[in-house]
Amino acid sequence: MLGLCLVSGKALWLLWFDNKGLERKHFPLPSSSVIPLCCPKNMNSSSAQFVTSRRMGVYDPIQQMSMWGENFKSNNNLNSSASLIVEDVKLDSQSEVASHGISGPSNQYDQEATKPVDKTQRRLAQNREAARKSRLRKKAYVQQLETSRLKLNQLEHELECARHQSSYMVGGLDAIHPGFPGAVNPGITTFEIEYGNWVEEQNRQIRALRNALNADVPDMKLRILVENCRHHYIELFRMKETAAKADVFYVSSGMWKTSAERFFSWIGGIRPSELLKVTCGSSQINVLGPQLSPMTEEQSVQVGYLQDACLQAEDALWQGMERLQQTLAETVAASQLIEGSYIPQMAAAMKKLENLVEFVNEADHIREEALDQMFRILTIRQAARGLLALGEYFQRFRDLSKLWAARSHEQA
Amino acid sequence: MDKVTRLISEKGIVIFSKSSCCMCYAVNILFKELGVKPLVHEIDQDPEGREIEKALVRLGCNAPIPAVFIGGTLVGSTNEVMSLHLKGSLTPLLQPYKAP
Repeated sequence: MLGLCLVSGKALWLLWFDNKGLERKHFPLPSSSVIPLCCPKNMNSSSAQFVTSRRMGVYDPIQQMSMWGENFKSNNNLNSSASLIVEDVKLDSQSEVASHGISGPSNQYDQEATKPVDKTQRRLAQNREAARKSRLRKKAYVQQLETSRLKLNQLEHELECARHQSSYMVGGLDAIHPGFPGAVNPGITTFEIEYGNWVEEQNRQIRALRNALNADVPDMKLRILVENCRHHYIELFRMKETAAKADVFYVSSGMWKTSAERFFSWIGGIRPSELLKVTCGSSQINVLGPQLSPMTEEQSVQVGYLQDACLQAEDALWQGMERLQQTLAETVAASQLIEGSYIPQMAAAMKKLENLVEFVNEADHIREEALDQMFRILTIRQAARGLLALGEYFQRFRDLSKLWAARSHEQA
Repeated sequence: MDKVTRLISEKGIVIFSKSSCCMCYAVNILFKELGVKPLVHEIDQDPEGREIEKALVRLGCNAPIPAVFIGGTLVGSTNEVMSLHLKGSLTPLLQPYKAP
């Protein structure tokens, strides 16, 4: 018996020649290295390698070709290249054998073992190839899962942050609105955090005003509280101005307010005329009842003029807004008949949207001016009462929003 | 600039505007509500528009449109007009120019 050992591809081939002919055992190697496949054109250069395995009775070249053939999804190639190999091998019978010398019997072996071995070899090779592909697919799938998992963690984290932020806001439950922009717009995220703090400070100031008025403190102390309150509102206007640059739609649609407040939103906030009604306790709608120190005749007249001016300013600004809406719609819809790119329309529309920032700022300017005039007309005590009324007004709407949201959750 | 000077002295209330500007439109609406009819000069339809704009900026108008002149004096842009109105100072200014 002649025992031969050959390392070929992934298997350790042990060949035993005995009386019955060739018997072959192979032991798969742990290594995943594969004999590099060669292109049929380069057959000649690697024929020595093939010859080696061929001489050893191992139809590795055929297996390798079958694997390669499968890769290229072409059985024709396989057959032709396989026969090529055989041809080469037969011609190369005199070429060097890798590590083990063999003599005569190899020829007999050639003819005996060709066909059945051929099929088995091919099947085995196909199996190996299928297994390889399966491993690759699995690897790709696992990688995809990993990526998705990371993404999911990130999204959960963002959501947690958003929920945490919204808990600052008195609005609470209904503060997570669809299209919550905080996660993507740092300017808006900053605003939301600042607004949350603003509301807390506002509540504190309202309490202080209430206590001071109930305790009937002297005007000097009231003046300090009133001034604080006034500056606090001015701070809000500044914050909104900055936020409007980050996302004007967020500000103008009142997304930063609670849902009930949003119902009354006019260009990103309360109507200036409504603001006056609440603070000056208009006789038409007396929100807080007869808590205001009675206004003098002169004061009533002045408040009346201020109210009229507010209404006129509001009306003019609103008509400008409607015109902006109209021209924006026309710009976007322009040239619908022309196919292809709508980039020119988008560019023009973008310019129009920049005007929206102007309107939001102007609306806040009117609010600020209305408050200023109110402070001018009213006495300190009246102003304190007015600010308390205004603060409580917003507070009640925030509470209403919470109640409503809770009711919706219960019903759901 | 000559053209600006000429225009603002011709008519009592002049608004320098652009036909595409919606804020200019809003200011015009306000004046109409107050019972006056200002002269609206659309500088985007004026070949000398760019010079006019520069002149307005030089005169102190930040925006620079809308630029409102009453009685030959620059009142300002939207902000100034709104503030004046809420203060109650705009109506008296317009009084001489109101339609009888």
